[in-house]
Amino acid sequence: MNRYTDLRDMSRANREPLAHLENEDLMPLPVPLESPAKDHTWAPLSQAAKDKYECGLDDTCAITIPQPKTPEEEKQLVAKFLSGLEKLFTKENNWTFLQPLLLTMEHCTGCQTCAEACHIFEASGGNELYRPTFRSEVLRRLYFKFVNGGGLLSAWQHGDIQLNWPLVARLAELSYRCNLCRRCAQTCPIGCDNGLVGHELRKLFSQEMGINSKECHDSGSMLQLKVGSSTGMSAEVVKDNIAFIDEDISEKTGIEVHTPWDVEGADVLLIHNAGEIMAWPENPGAFALILQQAGVSWTLSSEACGYDSINYGLWYDDSQFARVALKHAQIAQKLKVKKIVLGECGHAHKALSVIADRLLGGDLNVPRESSLTLLRDIVMSDKIKFDPSRNNFPVTLHDPCNVVRLMGVVEPQREIVRKLCPQFREMEPHGVDNYCCGGGSGFAIMSGNNFQDWRFHVSGRKKLQQILDAFADCIGPETNKYLCAPCSNCKGQFRDMLAYYDLWEQNRILYGGLVELIVNATVDVKPGFIDWEWH
Amino acid sequence: MTITFYAAICLGLVIFVIGCVRRTLQYARMPIHLRWEVYPVPHEEQSRVAHGGSYFEESDWWTKPRHSSLVGELRVMIPEILFLKGLWEFNRRLWLPSFLFHFGLYLLIGTAVLVAIGGGLPLLVPSIASGSLWIALAALYKITGYAGAILSVLGALLLLLRRATSQELKNYTKPADFFNLIFFIVAFAAVAVGYVLRPTGSAGIGDVARGLFHFDTNVAVDWLFGTGLVLASALVAYIPFTHMAHFIAKYFTYHFVRWDDQPNVRGSSIEARVAQYLTYRPTWSAAHVGADGKRTWVDIATTNPAQEVRK
Repeated sequence: MNRYTDLRDMSRANREPLAHLENEDLMPLPVPLESPAKDHTWAPLSQAAKDKYECGLDDTCAITIPQPKTPEEEKQLVAKFLSGLEKLFTKENNWTFLQPLLLTMEHCTGCQTCAEACHIFEASGGNELYRPTFRSEVLRRLYFKFVNGGGLLSAWQHGDIQLNWPLVARLAELSYRCNLCRRCAQTCPIGCDNGLVGHELRKLFSQEMGINSKECHDSGSMLQLKVGSSTGMSAEVVKDNIAFIDEDISEKTGIEVHTPWDVEGADVLLIHNAGEIMAWPENPGAFALILQQAGVSWTLSSEACGYDSINYGLWYDDSQFARVALKHAQIAQKLKVKKIVLGECGHAHKALSVIADRLLGGDLNVPRESSLTLLRDIVMSDKIKFDPSRNNFPVTLHDPCNVVRLMGVVEPQREIVRKLCPQFREMEPHGVDNYCCGGGSGFAIMSGNNFQDWRFHVSGRKKLQQILDAFADCIGPETNKYLCAPCSNCKGQFRDMLAYYDLWEQNRILYGGLVELIVNATVDVKPGFIDWEWH
Repeated sequence: MTITFYAAICLGLVIFVIGCVRRTLQYARMPIHLRWEVYPVPHEEQSRVAHGGSYFEESDWWTKPRHSSLVGELRVMIPEILFLKGLWEFNRRLWLPSFLFHFGLYLLIGTAVLVAIGGGLPLLVPSIASGSLWIALAALYKITGYAGAILSVLGALLLLLRRATSQELKNYTKPADFFNLIFFIVAFAAVAVGYVLRPTGSAGIGDVARGLFHFDTNVAVDWLFGTGLVLASALVAYIPFTHMAHFIAKYFTYHFVRWDDQPNVRGSSIEARVAQYLTYRPTWSAAHVGADGKRTWVDIATTNPAQEVRK
């Protein structure tokens, strides 16, 4: 494989991909996937996709930009991109991130310290296209040439670049080859942030050109704003589903569980990622049981958006982000709750607690808190009795980037698993130094064309290596193992990736949330809450 | 000729200061952005800094007093500034050349300060010019000056070698990067070699400083040493206009981005400033944003594009 891609190739006129990966090129994995031959063959991009969309970057196509039909159309798209580029550097259009973006544009020394930290670059076997500075360097050169004056002296100082439609199309795709986990930003000696560059590029494409991931936008934030949830569930449907979950959990645990709805003045408004209700109903069920048994005054909201903490705008669009965040705050304000508590969803944690913080002024500034701290307080109190021997199987803990590196909630979840899981073992590295699951920034819900192949082979590879290493002493199928991931998107990635590599059937690695472990160890609950079945 | 050297030194310093102030104001006057911190944040409580935790780890954190420790920040800043701890930790191959270069620069800056004290102090306390303090000062700046020049030139040479040979830097190396490093090497080498090889009776660095403060135009400066001083002055003037002004950027990236975990509190200045930004009128073109240059961010955030479409 040729690992090197010249920056100038981004402007190459044909639609030939700039990079191609084979299994042999990738970072090696431990047992049982130690040989590239044991890995799956990549599904090739279909000819239909190649003929219809802009697929000139690499082996996949994440955002399906239709190919322009005429040179005139290409010209118009380039002009639109340029107009968006200029807006990205004005306070009226981008006060939200202008300062950190400009600092990153103007002060990167190109030292490549960030590359060592990037799981995608490492997993790809060091492919230049996936180097965190690659896309930043393209944007940097465009900024200096078209926004900051340009000219010969600027080209000498900051480098030149040829702007044309192939470059714009490739750059749009390339903005979706980064998980926005910001592990690179953590290591930059200057404080530059390539993750931010990916985020800002996505914003430019979405806010100016309407180019974004269909899963994040059309069937994500737009659907959420339309019906109340990106799952498509209306309030009636979600209430029906929760009633069914209550019933199921009551039967399974022997404890009558009742989820309260729209309780005005409750202490806690709990907002789940609604995907949990659809895909992992035991998670909201376990939450309900724990809060009820601990005597917490809590409620769910049946108002549109109030039962879904998802805020996909976080990854690609400030306007969509602000709309959803505002709805969450307004619902809490209307219910007069003391605080919003976010369920096991990483991006929802960061979206509402950190990123929206400065947007929510006055009465809308309803306090927000992680469910992990509330759960820690419950588990460490005497309100519920636990029997850790019920969790006597190997458990490792995945750190969702948005909860840990980007919000600083590191210990509460560890205090819980240390107390309740006798065979708990850390991944290395962990905590704020963790690696992304590979599904971050929307990838977990993106599966168009053959994008899943890319996210399993490349973006999820480092985490897969960590998981296999953590269970290396018991990797055989005779031991049930639990990968605890207190985040819906991470769980989505693990569900798909573990199934892809058949790691449940062959090695008995199951994934799940944190509350399931808590309920499984609860003395008053019938034993066997975790049923060791694939879901 | 001597006047030319004095003018170059003064001009270099003045342009440097103006450039730095301009750059600092450029960043300082920007709107406060949305929070974008990365943990660990070192001003947190020590018990949390160890694992990178934040105040979000506490239930009802908004009811608890906030902890912000300058000592905690200094614990990170001092090893980072002096010893480039980040590179040591994350990019060991680059650490040696970069450390030599930067530490050499610090020594040269220290030398310049000592020389300025030596040249300027006798104006206030004339007796000091012949005392033992003066002799000690002169000895000290010679040591720091030689060490600084050797380390920084060596570091710059190693960095230049890396730029020229490393495949991983190829996409990210511009002609100016070579020029910058060569500029450092030539300027510092010219000052150092010129100083060592200057003829007996011609001015050294202390004489130039003294002459500058007294505006003594009779100070005889050798051409090579003088050329070095002019080049070094030009280099100082040039730095704020390049990415090498990252000593300014770092203040902002660390204190106003990476470590900025200041929560928005009702009635705070953050709330007031953001309220003002929300009246800005964006012009993004995508239909779903709904910006037309007349509607504010508040208008946009309170509009539901999905409902609009449904109508």
